[in-house]
Order: sequence, then C-alpha cells, then structure tokens
Amino acid sequence: MTTRSLGEPIARREDPRLLTGQGRYVDDIGHDALEVAFVRSPHAHARIVDIDVMGALDVDGLVAIYTYEDLQGRMAEPLPVLIPHPALTHGRTPCALADGEVNHVGEPVVMVVATDRYVAEDACDRIVVQYEALPPVVGIEAARAGELLVHDDVPGNVSAHMVQEAGDAASAIADAPNVLELDLEIERSASTPLEGKGVHARWDPDDQSLRVYTSTQASTSVRAAVAAKLELPVDRVEVIAPDVGGGFGVKIVHPWPEEILVPMAAIRLGREVKWTEDRREHFVSSAHERGQLQHVRVGFDDDGRLRGLDVTVWHDNGAYTPYGIIVPIITTTQLLGPYKPGAYRAEFFSLYTNTLIVTPYRGAGRPQGCFAMERTMDAIAAHLGLDRVTVRERNLIRPDEMPYDQGLVFQDGRPLIYDSGDYPATMEKLKKLVGWEEFEEYRATARAEGRRVGIGVACYVEGTGVGPYEGGFVKVETDGTVVVATGLTTQGQGHQTVFAQVVADELGVPVERVVVTTGDTRRFGYAVGTFASRAAVMSGNAVALAARKVREKALRVAGEALEADPRDLEIDDGEVRVKGIPGLSVPLSTVAVLSNPLRYAFDDEAKRATQFASPADPDKTPVADGEEPGLEGTGYYSPPRSTFANGMHAAIVETDPDTAEISILRYCVVHDCGTLINPRIVEGQIHGGVAQGVGGALYERMVYDDAGQLVNASFMDFLMPYSTEVPTIEADHLQTPSPLNPLGIKGAGEAGVIPGAAVLASAIEDAEGIRIRRMPISPSELHHLREATAE
Amino acid sequence: MLVEVRDEAGNMVNDASGGERLHEVSMVVNGVHRSAAVPARRLLSDFLRHDLGLTGTHVGCEHGVCGACTVLLGGRPIRACLQFAVMHDGAEITTVEGCARQDGELGTVQQAFRDCHGLQCGFCTPGFVTTITAYLEENPSPTEEEAREAIAGNLCRCTGYQNIVASVLRAAELRATEPRTMEPRTSEPGTTVLRAAGEAEVSP
Repeated sequence: MTTRSLGEPIARREDPRLLTGQGRYVDDIGHDALEVAFVRSPHAHARIVDIDVMGALDVDGLVAIYTYEDLQGRMAEPLPVLIPHPALTHGRTPCALADGEVNHVGEPVVMVVATDRYVAEDACDRIVVQYEALPPVVGIEAARAGELLVHDDVPGNVSAHMVQEAGDAASAIADAPNVLELDLEIERSASTPLEGKGVHARWDPDDQSLRVYTSTQASTSVRAAVAAKLELPVDRVEVIAPDVGGGFGVKIVHPWPEEILVPMAAIRLGREVKWTEDRREHFVSSAHERGQLQHVRVGFDDDGRLRGLDVTVWHDNGAYTPYGIIVPIITTTQLLGPYKPGAYRAEFFSLYTNTLIVTPYRGAGRPQGCFAMERTMDAIAAHLGLDRVTVRERNLIRPDEMPYDQGLVFQDGRPLIYDSGDYPATMEKLKKLVGWEEFEEYRATARAEGRRVGIGVACYVEGTGVGPYEGGFVKVETDGTVVVATGLTTQGQGHQTVFAQVVADELGVPVERVVVTTGDTRRFGYAVGTFASRAAVMSGNAVALAARKVREKALRVAGEALEADPRDLEIDDGEVRVKGIPGLSVPLSTVAVLSNPLRYAFDDEAKRATQFASPADPDKTPVADGEEPGLEGTGYYSPPRSTFANGMHAAIVETDPDTAEISILRYCVVHDCGTLINPRIVEGQIHGGVAQGVGGALYERMVYDDAGQLVNASFMDFLMPYSTEVPTIEADHLQTPSPLNPLGIKGAGEAGVIPGAAVLASAIEDAEGIRIRRMPISPSELHHLREATAE
Repeated sequence: MLVEVRDEAGNMVNDASGGERLHEVSMVVNGVHRSAAVPARRLLSDFLRHDLGLTGTHVGCEHGVCGACTVLLGGRPIRACLQFAVMHDGAEITTVEGCARQDGELGTVQQAFRDCHGLQCGFCTPGFVTTITAYLEENPSPTEEEAREAIAGNLCRCTGYQNIVASVLRAAELRATEPRTMEPRTSEPGTTVLRAAGEAEVSP
C-alpha cells in the first residue's frame, strides 16, 4: 500500500536544491545581462525642475538613460489601481518614472542601463536632478489635519472614506450600562523579505516574444500588466516567478515600475536587462504597512458582554493607492475576531502622506484590528474587575451558532460569514497550555524574587482562501512521473511538497513521483496569486480536483486494457489494480501510454501505443468520443466565499524594574486551520508569523523625520528580530475542517503574526499596571510611560 | 532626454569592463582553483556569484548585517558583501555549494536543515549553513542556548529561528554519529580539497 501522504509531516521536496546552493532566484539568472540602477527622489515632496544627464554620458559602460519623457504610449500613463472600490473616490498612482512631481523619498526618477550595476550607479551619481521642494505631509495627524496636501486635487488627503454598519451601534452603546472609549495607535513596519525585488527580461526579436523573470507573488497578473503596458499580445509574453526569497505581501503589488521598465529596456535595446533591488531601495521604494490611529467606543453590560461597538480608523496609505483600500477594509471587518459585537459600526478614512506606499504585509490590516478589539476586551475586564479570559469567553461565538454571519462585506466583496470553528475549545486548550489559572501563583513567586511578570491573551479570526479561483494541471507521464502545475507562486511555503502530497493521495502514487511547478505562465496561465493565506486552500483544492479527473480517466483507460469495470478498479502505489485479484494490474505509466494513441514510436514505451502494436477494435475511433489524448486533467476551485481560520495566543513577559527591558518568557499558540496537509509546514508558518508579530510589537518601526526621510532604512537601524529576540514557541492545533472546500482546508500563512502586538500589549499592561495604547513599545517608551503614570 | 549609446551601425555599444583596470584574482573555492579578472571594487559576494557563477551565496543587505552572504575563509566565517575580491587573492574559500558531500548529497548541516524544516524560502539559508558548519568545528556539542547564540548574527524572516536552532542541534548529533575529521586532500595538482573522512569516494 502507498503510505497516505496527506496530513504527514514529510520533509520538503524543494529542500535539497535550496540547501546546496542550486536554487534559482532572479539575480541568479542572466549573468551577462545589462544591469539597471535608478536615480530616486531624495525628497518626500517636490517638483522636478530639470534633469541633466550630460555628466553621465562619458561613463564607460553606460548603455541607456531613460526619464519620463522617454516613456511612450501606455507606459507614460499612471500605473493601475489594482483593486478598484466604490469607496476609493480619490485613488492615485504614480507613473513608472516620475512625471514632474515626486511624492515620497525613493520614487524612481531616472533609469540607467549599463554593463553592470557598479557602472550603472556611477552614471546615476553623475545625473543632476533639480527639485523645487514642496512641504511634505508626514504622519497620520498631519494628513488628517488636511492643511497641507499630498495631491493638490485630493481634498483633506482622503483617498477613501467608508462606513459599514450591522445594527444600530450608536443606540446600542447609548443604552448600554457601561461605555468606554480608547484611542489607539499602531506604527509602521514592513514585509522585508531577505531577498528584495528583482526583474530580468529577455526579448527574442526573431520570435517577437518576451520572457520576464520577476520576484513576484502574482506572475500571471504581472504578465497581463506587462502585455498591457508594453502593448504586446499576451501570448507573446511569458512571466516566471523563479525561486522567491520571501514575499510576506510586498511582492503581491504589481506591476512595480521596474517590472515594466526593465522589459521596456530589454525590447528597446535588444539585450537581456536585469535589475536587482538593494536593501536601501527596498526600504524606500517597495511598500510598508500597519500605520493606523484608531478610536474605539464600546458599550457593554455588567458581565462584560458587548452591546455595541463603534470604531473609527485613520489609515495611512502613503503617497499612492496602487493596491486600493484592502488593508483598512480588512482591519475594520476582521477586527471582530471570534466575538459577537452586538451592534457594530466601523468607519475608516484612508489618508495620503508623503511616505512610501502602504500595501498588505502578512496579516494585512488584521494585526491592527486584533489590537483594537483585544485592547478593548482588556479594558472591559479592567473596568469591571473581571478576569480577561472570562470576558472573552462570554463574548465568543459558540460552535452551534456556526455558520455565523457578522452582517458585513469582507475584502472579497462577499458576506463576512464564519464557516466553522470551535472558539471555546480553542480557549480551553490555550488556558491549559499556558497555565492561565496557575499564573497568579507564579506572579507571587516572581514578585517575592523582585521580578515583575505579566500574562496576556489575544484572539483572532482570519478570513483565508479568498477567490476568485485557482487552477491545477495534473499529468501522468509515460515514465510514471506525475507533473503538476498551478499558476500561483511560491515564496517558501513548501508548495512543491504540499501540492505533491495532495496529488499523491488523490491519484494513489508515491509522493516522490510527483513534481510540482508553480508561478510559471508557460505551465499554467490562469491564476490569481499567493496572498491572503490562500494558496493551500485554493491551489490545494484545484490540484485535488484535477487529480480526481485524471484518476477517473486512468480507471476508464485501464478498464479497457484489463477488461474490467472501472468501478472494480483501484489505484495504489502507481498501479491500477482489479480489487481483490492480486496480479491483475497495469502501471499508471502504461495507462499514460495507452491514453495517447501514436503513429510514431520514438522510444520503447511509445512503441506500445502505435497503431499496429495491439489489436484494436476497427469500429472504434482511436481516441474515444468525448476523450482527449493524454492522461491529464485540469481542475479549478472557486470558493463561494472565504473560509475562516482562528487562533488564540498567550504570552508571559517579564519587565525589568530598572531598565524597562521587556523579555518574553513564554509564547503559546493554539491554532485551527482546518485539515492539515503537512503539520510541519503549518507549524513553520506559525513560527515565522509569531517572529514577525514579536518584531512588530517590540522592535520594528519605520522612523520618518519631519521632512519625510526614512531615517532607519537599513538592517542596522530597522530592528528585525534575530534568534535571540524570538522566544521558544509552544503550539497546539485544533482541526475544524472547512465545509466550503473538498479538502476542508483553511489558510495558515498569516495567522501567526496577527495577535502579536495585541498579546504582548496585554502581557506588558498586566506586568506593569500601566495602560498600553500604542505599539510597538521599546524599553525607553515603557520607561517614559512609567514616569508619566507616576506623575 | 533619451540616451541610448549606439555605434554608427546602430548596434548597442558597451565595454564589458566599464573601462576599469582589471585585476587577476585567484582562489581555491570549494577545493577547486578558480580565477577571474575583475575591477578592484568588485565585492567578494559579486565575484563568487557573477564571476564564478556560484550563486548559492546570497546577498540580502550589502551592509554586513543579515549574514546571507557568509562564506568561510580558511574555515572561518566572513561576510562576503563587506570584502573586495582582490583582498583575497590566493585565499581558500568555502561556499554553501562546498558544504555538500563530494557525491553531491547533502552535507551534515544541510541534512539537519532538511530533517528539521530549518528553511522556508531558502534565501538566508546558505549563510546559516556556512556559519553553522564553522561553528560546529569550534563547538561540536552545543547546548540549545549555545545553538541559539551561534546563529544570532544571521537574519531569517521566514522561520522564526525555531527550526534553525533545532537544525544546529541535529547537525551536531549527525556529526557525532558519523565522525567527520576534515582532512585536506589533493585531488589534482595545485588544488586543495577539503573533504570529510566519512564521505563516500566518488569514482572517476
């Protein structure tokens, strides 16, 4: 029997390649390509008065210089607003190279092509751009004040204003026995994958075709965008996401200016051209996330049950809105977590500032929403003198209330209906894991030793697996290899392993025989992309559906060969067998040969399918009616709406009474993402998410000065956690399958990061007895909070 | 404004050296004698990646903080993005490619990463593999705390380090069960090859 693969923590198929230096990331491709560097704006807000390139012309190795004036046709138009929304009334996007005005430090102004990056940077250094500085809008408060404008034609700097309401929150709050208000703040962070962005383009003038390698999360859509911008037929453009060194959201945005400029140069110069983003470029010209101010007004009864919740969010969207208003929509909908809010009203203002654009970073608005909700829960508990877990438990949606309709519209335009989940059971598991009930005893012991400790808890629900669809292709080769392709991309999630596990089980073959390709438009053209914890849900189910078609066909073809009813057949270990009759079987490789009738024999396997090889029924067509040659199939999965994973985290922290240093003593996770394909990979996703949550809570922030300069744009100054900053993560799972998809899967990619700031704020507040309303928090900020509280 | 440098026939003109003075740099990389003529400012990381085609060494920050470009210079870890290639003419360098076994199978540290799911996107991984390889020479049986400390100079954005710490411990375990004394071996004239005594011979 083939060992069942689904649900097993098997080692990853992609690892040997990546571990021995045989991976192929975009900068590993095209050593002879010309290289690109950019002159980028040093100003947050300025008019371009003049660009003088004369000084660069005598740099040996210079090949080309392009400015906005050199862009033609659709290249000269602004980049697209990728996700339009009726509430986004003032969407603005830049052109690929700045057209007269720059709106953030790092905006590309001039593109230089040269023999290598060193020479290209030499040329950039000699290009003189004259700017007329304009006053910058930096920070949400300045944007909200609206005295200075980022875009002259956007009043109040408001790109979008949106209100969603379920019930009459104002009356519910007014009628509630208790009302609290909270003002909250979350600072910026960013995805910061270890590999920055990168693009390599090759134009074949004979074939009139373009091949683009790009470090993207959405190769099919980059293809469409490149074709549109360069006015090429889509079928003359191939886009491949090779190995990608991490994404975490930033690489879902497209087309980046570089993704269309590099191909443009390749076509115009008739040479391979590439661009590899350096770290400083990534900090100032890719994307950030998180920055929000929030006001919460909540009404609740004396037991801590919510009656009404009214939240206003001021969201910093940076200088432009290429990715629309997905982030604040997610914040205001996912804020509700596992709770019944009573009546709910959410309003947000998405605001322009003269800083880098804000687009989804792992969690995509959820960490901010979770922060608002969980700070509110703690505030209610403090107000009533109740246990923080008790207040949460009283507000949880019960399993018998599933599916639960929150009465809002989610980020996919579909109703926010939770499909399944057992939140009380999740809380029970977490309490046991962290020892919630025993903590006061521990606190007393620690106190006796002069130590200050605190415990925190935070809960979330995450909408995962958003549509519209993904597809999968499965083919059995004549040597028995099963090749699988799906269009979405991979940035370390182990898709070559998990999709192989799904197909191996569906088809009845050993997982070692399955080879998976992702993110290559040559192999699969229809796809959406990898984001929103959707890959396992979407492509996992799509490849399963494709494999089921292949299985059905294999049974039909084998049935003919074995003269058996397909219903009496099974596939095991790569062989189609007649159930209960040992020895009566045919390998899938042979079925693949038989499914493709041949005239020409190019090898021994092929010989068996040629027209004189076996007696055929002369009355039947070689390819039966309704059949197609080949043992292959394509399947698509399109969900009715998102499926909702959930989890709860608890942390125990110690704060130093003198230095205000914050140490995480324990970090516990209970997580439910439905059916697990590979528990080890899911656990790895949680680990990585938690590390980013810890970073966002204690270390990471984007520090802009008043002039709009990002003053910590390096790994020296932007404090990403090292191994010494991430605690040991203790994790436990529940598996509540989703009723929405064939495999019962829910997404897991983003979960770990969501409650990070919320749970650590809760624990620090508990240790210190000081209200925490703003994250991240550094030791010096905690010190100042202590001083302010003591006054 | 358009500048495209072409000759009279309309072909693109360029000078591969960028007009810079070139220096012949020779190194023994992963036991193989390699050389290339490069400008004085060519970073060691770029030399390995683009002049020698050893793209396993990755560049994550170009300011010496992330550690992805870590290679071994005479067995000691260095940040290849902070060094010029010309500084190391005649040096002996080991990259992640050289941490595999002679037969191409995974080396001890690489195998440990696979066993423990110590990598996700794989971009930072080469720097961890080289760092840990050197570390275990120094401390063959680290505690968990020491293992965590040993990798505390390298950034990873995917794993939260949990499984990398486990990989260090696993590598130490594998190393202990298959004793691997590093012995210099000469495979061809002028070429020094470092190989582990326990590794299989590859037949020519």
